[in-house]
Amino acid sequence: MEIVVCVKQVPDTTEVKIDPVKNTLIREGVPSIVNPFDKIAVEVALQLREKHGGKVKVITMGPPQAADALKECLAMGADEAILISDRAFGGADTLATAYALSTSIEKMGPVDLILCGKQAIDGDTAQVGPGIAENLGMPQITYAAKIEINGDTIKVDREHDDGYEIMETKLPVMVTVVKSIAEPRFPTVKGTMKANRTQIPVWTAADIAADEKRIGMPGSPTQVRRIFTPTQRSQGQLIQEETAQQSVAKLMQLLGDAKVI
Amino acid sequence: MAVIVNQEKCIGCGACVPSCPFGAIEMRGDKAYITEACTMCGACISVCPVEAIFREEIERNVAMDKTEYKGVWVFIEQSHGEIKGVAHELLGEGRKLADELGEELAGVLIGNGVEAQAKDVFASGADKVYLVEGPEYDHYNTEAYTVAFVDLIQKYKPSAILVGATNDGRDLGPRVAARVRTGLCADCTNLSIDAETKLVLWTRPAFGGNIMADILCPEHRPQMGTVRPKVFKKPTPDFSRTGEIVKVASKVKESDLKVKLLEILAVCTSNCKLEEADIIVSGGRGLGKPENFAAVEALAEAMGGAVGASRAAVDAGWKPALHQVGQTGKTVGPKIYIACGISGAIQHLAGMSSSDTIIAINKDADAPIFKVADYGIVGDVMEVLPLLTAEFAKYRAACK
Amino acid sequence: MSFELTEDQKMMQKIARDFAEKEVAHGAEERDEHESFSRPLYDAMAGLGLTGICFPEQYGGADGDVLSYILAIEEISKADAGLGIALSATVSLCAWPIFAYGTEAQKQKYLKPLAEGEKMGAFGLTEPNAGTDASGQQTVAVLNGDHYVLNGSKIFITNAGEAETYIVFAMTDKSKGVRGISAFILEKGMPGFTFGKKEHKMGIRSSQTMELIFQDVKVPVDQMLGKEGEGFKIAMTTLDGGRIGVAAQSLGIATAALDFAIKYSKERVQFGKPISANQAISFMLADMATKVEASRLLTYQAAALKDAHKPYSKEAAMAKLFASDSAMEVTTDAVQVLGGYGYSREYPCERYMRDAKICQIYEGTNQAQRMVIGGAVLR
Repeated sequence: MEIVVCVKQVPDTTEVKIDPVKNTLIREGVPSIVNPFDKIAVEVALQLREKHGGKVKVITMGPPQAADALKECLAMGADEAILISDRAFGGADTLATAYALSTSIEKMGPVDLILCGKQAIDGDTAQVGPGIAENLGMPQITYAAKIEINGDTIKVDREHDDGYEIMETKLPVMVTVVKSIAEPRFPTVKGTMKANRTQIPVWTAADIAADEKRIGMPGSPTQVRRIFTPTQRSQGQLIQEETAQQSVAKLMQLLGDAKVI
Repeated sequence: MAVIVNQEKCIGCGACVPSCPFGAIEMRGDKAYITEACTMCGACISVCPVEAIFREEIERNVAMDKTEYKGVWVFIEQSHGEIKGVAHELLGEGRKLADELGEELAGVLIGNGVEAQAKDVFASGADKVYLVEGPEYDHYNTEAYTVAFVDLIQKYKPSAILVGATNDGRDLGPRVAARVRTGLCADCTNLSIDAETKLVLWTRPAFGGNIMADILCPEHRPQMGTVRPKVFKKPTPDFSRTGEIVKVASKVKESDLKVKLLEILAVCTSNCKLEEADIIVSGGRGLGKPENFAAVEALAEAMGGAVGASRAAVDAGWKPALHQVGQTGKTVGPKIYIACGISGAIQHLAGMSSSDTIIAINKDADAPIFKVADYGIVGDVMEVLPLLTAEFAKYRAACK
Repeated sequence: MSFELTEDQKMMQKIARDFAEKEVAHGAEERDEHESFSRPLYDAMAGLGLTGICFPEQYGGADGDVLSYILAIEEISKADAGLGIALSATVSLCAWPIFAYGTEAQKQKYLKPLAEGEKMGAFGLTEPNAGTDASGQQTVAVLNGDHYVLNGSKIFITNAGEAETYIVFAMTDKSKGVRGISAFILEKGMPGFTFGKKEHKMGIRSSQTMELIFQDVKVPVDQMLGKEGEGFKIAMTTLDGGRIGVAAQSLGIATAALDFAIKYSKERVQFGKPISANQAISFMLADMATKVEASRLLTYQAAALKDAHKPYSKEAAMAKLFASDSAMEVTTDAVQVLGGYGYSREYPCERYMRDAKICQIYEGTNQAQRMVIGGAVLR
């Protein structure tokens, strides 16, 4: 089975802090990581390979340093990695990104399953996976919490409002995964050494014969007009009475006064 | 096409360097320089005190007659004939946008035997309902709904489309946008009309809620966005309103339906229907141990609310992911949100800060959660919870 | 002179750090509290390949360098110094002497499973009456045809009871003094080889320490490590390397204590400002940080010398001496910065302090290190 996993290198947004004085992002010390949901997708792919055989290929689009993210996936056990990198891809929104990735995936050869994390933690759009599926004319199943493959049939438990939808379709298909589906393995020492010695192919816009009107900024219908830090809710009232009993009584009184209850 | 530093204007203050989420700006001599790592997110542009950083605009030669596209549409997400709350919220907000543009507001109602729901769509502000019906729409299905939606767009050419950022909305939106090759702005938390261009100004959080971005879709139509549930209030329904129902035949072919729904497993009881809940009591790692979640559940029950959990608590396996509130979990906006032993990481705040009233209980008076809470009790959460539960039980009994 | 780690070294550091932060740190307090060694945790760590970093591929290793392995010990020890020494005892004290002195057959049979992480190792030199003076060995091995018969005991043996493979030293010829000591590879489960009481310790309580007891243990001659009479040399050279491991362990403990103290001092508000705003605190932190950094340089230098196949005995002793003394000082100061909270078990600093103490004692007390260094500089 040929599995392609799409990954993204992201700043670890859980480490991002806002400078309280200048009200700007503090970048220092924020590490670049493989988007956690994508790492889970890699784990799912590896588990499927262990069960059904085949190959796991990882692909990312990004600046040259995004190769580090691919190396981590190789160290986890992925077979191949491809970096899509070209200044011409810069400034891509989800539509242009999905185009570049789907064009690259087509060039990679036949694929049975495309896996993506449910969303990236920097942009949180959750749009590239479905965009790729659309471009490749493939069905999609998003928010997968469980995947079972039987021959050319895939069964997916899709996370939904109050539970799961059990879906079934024929391969090939694009599936995005949620966190509960698997715990990503740690890369091993040997895998890491091997990954570190792997030359990761870099494909440019010309390599994938991309339509220049559909990549990068020209291919991106959306434009960022302005970036700003969100206004915080104003701080309310702190209650710290002598005893918990008194604090609770005060809260109930305040809630009553404010007609919250 | 790039984000560029005007070297003449740059005063070398270095303010932009830490603002870059990708570490792509460095000082070379006394000037800022943008390196290859730049992803053109533009975060630095507004930081520069002398406006030396700008985005190089590019020619976007799109052969599209934008004037043909008129009207604001809202996707009416429904399940078994029941319209989801977010559709009403978006009709309310869509009404404002449509009025500002002087255009009509329409609801897109796709389903099986859902015509009767049109009156609710009108009551929430729509002038028109595009109705596509058939057994293939009985349950949400990516392909069938995409085919129907794209057909409507191509026939009736709306200027803007709002879709609720639910699991289904975020499944459908990008598929439709990719098919008609237009822009889609994900998970927006604010909408307005840009005064100068008359475009929809989509505002959304990024970087785990650390920053906000205003986004435009200038040259493509329709302008599309998914919008977070619960950030807008439902309009009060006005059942005296009526409108036109435009029935459109289904274009779906059997071969379009590749994914089959085998069954639906409802694992969630009322206490995890967070999106629709008016009261939510959430617990975090500050509870100390998983058993202590019982105290959170007890308060939720006494108040008739749902139970939420922080990412840390879910990661620790204390609660299933269905309860997770936050940027990567569920976004909620209840009337009352009670955070118990939750420190208030930005990811969590992003998912609950549009609640009407926030109450926090935490032993650490410096916890960030208190910065957003309307009322904060500084104290031992396990001591406070049973007392609060008793108070609310009393209060509820008295109300009856 | 470059102080930059190589790409490989950085990645080894990251593997160990990620594992330590995600899997090791959260249970460290509990393992300390209950004095429990976790074999599943050790196996998970070994499964990543941390035990094989610095051995050639043909023996199940990753063909990395000693410095990469030292970085791993440092990272693991930041989270749990007991697990750090379990790793160091297996790799430095058991696997390494087999790699350096073993026959090809011994390497295949014993080194490979250790490097691949399937087995744990231990090292038995210390006896009730032979501590710093290793020549006072009372364990004896008598040749009897195709095997030696071992009798005696060893105390304070890290990983004892859990380990499958043991390097044990015994007198084969008392008349020759230290030149009469030989080294043997023993396997857990050999008839007559049993374990005594479990040691209750002040620190590194998540590591297991026990007594080894030998009663007429028959050890086949092909399980002798090196030649007869080479035991003392094997023990001393093994400990030279082991000391770099202890230095790295000390470094990990000190770094954890420093990081915690810095974080705490910025959060703890007294008299309306964080206590870090007081020079009294910031100067303490400055001294602590400087000691940690100096320890790091000495430790990495010793590892780099070993990688370069240059003499490192003196430098390893210096690294161990300085890093462990520094760890003791830094952890003590960290407790002081936290005040009453530092003394409380609710915070990890008192554990760091208890863990640091052993680093001044084992694999040669710091007084013994001074003997080594003194001997070298006066040579």
